[in-house]
Amino acid sequence: MMNVATHSATQKHTWTASYTKLVGLFMLLLIAFITDIALGSVSIPLRSILDIIVSGKSTNDAWVYIIDNIRIPKAITAVIVGCGLPVSGLQMQTLFRNPLASPDILGITAGAGLGVALVMLSTGSITTAYAIKELGISGSWLIMLTASLGAGFIMFLIVAISARVRDNVIMLIIGVMIANITFSVISIWQYFSAPEQVKDYLIWTFGSLGGVSGNQLYLLAGVVALGLLIAFASSKMLDTLLLGEHYASTMGLTVNRARLLIIGSTSLLAGSITAFCGPVGFIGVAVPHLARTLFNTSDHRVLIPACCLMGTSLMLLCDIIAQLPGSNDVLPINVITALVGSPVVIWIIMRRNNLKNSF
Amino acid sequence: MNNTALLKASRLCIGYKKGKKEAKTLAGPLDLEMYSGQLICLLGPNGAGKSTLIRTLAGLQPMMSGTVETGGKNIAKLKPQERAKRLSMVLTGRVQSGNLTVSSIIALGRFPYTNWFGALEPDDIKMVQWAMRTTDITSFADRKLSELSDGESQKVMLARALAQDTPVIILDEPTAHLDLPNRISLMRLLHQLAKTTGKSILLSTHDLDLALQSADEVWLLRNDGVFTKGAPEDIVLDGSFEAAFYKEGFTFDKNNGTFIIHHSNGASIQVEGEGAPLFWTKRALLREGFTVSESAEECIQIIQTENNVQWIYRNESHTTIAGLLLSLRNRYGVQ
Repeated sequence: MMNVATHSATQKHTWTASYTKLVGLFMLLLIAFITDIALGSVSIPLRSILDIIVSGKSTNDAWVYIIDNIRIPKAITAVIVGCGLPVSGLQMQTLFRNPLASPDILGITAGAGLGVALVMLSTGSITTAYAIKELGISGSWLIMLTASLGAGFIMFLIVAISARVRDNVIMLIIGVMIANITFSVISIWQYFSAPEQVKDYLIWTFGSLGGVSGNQLYLLAGVVALGLLIAFASSKMLDTLLLGEHYASTMGLTVNRARLLIIGSTSLLAGSITAFCGPVGFIGVAVPHLARTLFNTSDHRVLIPACCLMGTSLMLLCDIIAQLPGSNDVLPINVITALVGSPVVIWIIMRRNNLKNSF
Repeated sequence: MNNTALLKASRLCIGYKKGKKEAKTLAGPLDLEMYSGQLICLLGPNGAGKSTLIRTLAGLQPMMSGTVETGGKNIAKLKPQERAKRLSMVLTGRVQSGNLTVSSIIALGRFPYTNWFGALEPDDIKMVQWAMRTTDITSFADRKLSELSDGESQKVMLARALAQDTPVIILDEPTAHLDLPNRISLMRLLHQLAKTTGKSILLSTHDLDLALQSADEVWLLRNDGVFTKGAPEDIVLDGSFEAAFYKEGFTFDKNNGTFIIHHSNGASIQVEGEGAPLFWTKRALLREGFTVSESAEECIQIIQTENNVQWIYRNESHTTIAGLLLSLRNRYGVQ
């Protein structure tokens, strides 16, 4: 009976510790959210910002416009990206049992890019620089659909190959090669396209959180919420997959159905976010590791919310840095996430000599 | 003991598909039964199809023909979740998710019983704790898998199978990476489990000696697909065991249940003595290629006093077997 008591006590203790950390992260997120809105090329006093957020009113109409139509949508987009990409990275790392798996590394983002290129480069009508913004709701559906399909297609390809290749490193190399092939296809396409269309596409590849507003934001939020919901609902399956597909199968998991759900959720998350914000790198691979380290667990019921909170804070931070506070310039978000994310990846490899023990 | 088989295979042919049309049948048709309280060891040389048989019985791999039933239901038609309530497995090789804690791995064994979220009810927690107590791993419940030795990690995987609460447990080479004491303790544990819980346990192994000592029944699968089953002693006496492991260069000695792996050098020698020194002296002589025979001309005498042993050979006295062997080598000119 002693064992029973101590064991449930430790379990309760770890749960409480996790909750405390989650609450702490949420506070951090709130601070980052407010800071992100407060900073920008136009300086607005913090008091007025809080007034606008709470009551929606201010003496300065321009400020209200900036906050409501530019900064809040951008911050919300950062939240969406910060939830979606880390969770899709987490799912891929578990599914492939590969600590370096993530949408951008294994070519899923490239697949989404192929989908975007399909729309941007093949339709002659889109020639403005901010093409996606101008597309309107039907156009954004189209681009999101093709991006998700492109992501899903590459994901299926990767999964089909991973069924034959059990070695993590080989799988990683194959993923990188598939990404290269996809980029080549896009490059060939670009070579034969009109300069304006190529420019549209290039700007898209820099990544931007500022291009999503209005109905598109609702659409993106809805699709990502659906993806997150599927991911959270499959956390029990993901836990079981940690022991490998064979064990998962002997424990009663319908492996093919689980794979479909996980691929579906990952494609929705990575595809839709990439469609609207460009290929945002490194958040997907780095955040799951930060979450595992901070929470010291492999339980997906904890890791998924943890990834959302940490990813969001990190994305907001990247956005704050990208705005270069005090200046009028804005750097592409992709540059900053790579700057912040790459050291984390190096740290993961250095710290864990044996990558197999990452999960 | 209940007389209905917990797992029953009828006219089962095992094998695998080669390409799209060709199929390679490894063995069959086999008729197999696993009864409550039985510990069954599946033996056979490398490449005979032990893993294929085990995976086919567990429903993880399609059978070429025949049926496998558990609890009166065809295993191929059961949903994975239903199958997981009747049959659990321990696979060969180490799980590579080193960051998982022992207790969380064992809790995963409750997968077929928990809700979509995987929340553990009091009954689930009881079962997890029982599994940990039974396998004696409660003391490291909070440790990470990567911190465990091979023996400990194998026990954890067994505890997870126990937590799955199935009448049948199948283990694929559970002793493969373990040292001798760990192999023995795992086999003892499995033997006791079969007796105390009434589960039916099947394991494949290359530890012939341990298997012969602890199994209630031996299934023997030969490289040529011939299958034999029976009590381990019967299998040895009727020569099937010897035939399955026949290879140039060594033979199985029915008289003392060991493999003889040495070439003879043609010389024979007589040994006088008793107890452990006699046994080990004989072993050493066999290794050197001698035949131990009572009609041999030369004789080694072993003299045991209270605190030392002496070997007398050709009027020379040796205090160690090494010394004795040196003298023998000089005389017979062997290296």
